[in-house]
Amino acid sequence: MKVSVQKDDFDAGAEIRALSRDSSVGAVASFVGVVREVPMTLEHYAGMTEREITKIVEQAGSRWRVRDVTVIHRYGELRPTDQIVLVVVASAHRGDAFAACEFIMDYLKTRAPFWKKELRPEGARWVEARASDDEAAERWESPAKKAG
Amino acid sequence: MKIRILFFASLREQLGTGAEEIELPADVATVSALRAHLKARGGAYAKAFADKSLVRIAVNQEMVSPADAVKQGDEVAFFPPVTGG
Repeated sequence: MKVSVQKDDFDAGAEIRALSRDSSVGAVASFVGVVREVPMTLEHYAGMTEREITKIVEQAGSRWRVRDVTVIHRYGELRPTDQIVLVVVASAHRGDAFAACEFIMDYLKTRAPFWKKELRPEGARWVEARASDDEAAERWESPAKKAG
Repeated sequence: MKIRILFFASLREQLGTGAEEIELPADVATVSALRAHLKARGGAYAKAFADKSLVRIAVNQEMVSPADAVKQGDEVAFFPPVTGG
């Protein structure tokens, strides 16, 4: 497992290749979050952020057959088209890789202590948490919809 | 009892501080009592802590419930709902 919270950009291709080198891996699913439209500053709670992400990855590992996971999340000043977050999941088969990747993103959005402040022309404003993100995370808890 | 409190994001800006060491009275021994203690400072604190649903609390970097204990030397963080990803 690799969890990194960093200012610097990342090379998604290199991270994906790094998880593809294990011969038991038949599927690598990845997600890249990108800054849309508005420049922003991302603040985080150093220490807790890494712990929360690690816990989420461990939970994913207990629900799906996962060989390895990489999560990179950036903080600091970010501009439109900049990459914010990367999740890479390597598994034997695609079902586990897809599900674990989506689960990690959904949980990360509602649990990892990051806060976005948009720098709009009319002034800076903190982004408000969205109910749809809570719902996306909650669906993994509902037995009827469980993908595992 | 001495603890360290942290504020993040909009809470930090509202309160004008990111970190503080405070001495707690003996009767402030839970997360909810600490929240009430800070709210009672009035002004920006009363406003920032008015709506409980907008304040998340972590003790020693773990999310907690209002009834959980606060102990000597703890790091207690207050922050708005998260918006990463």
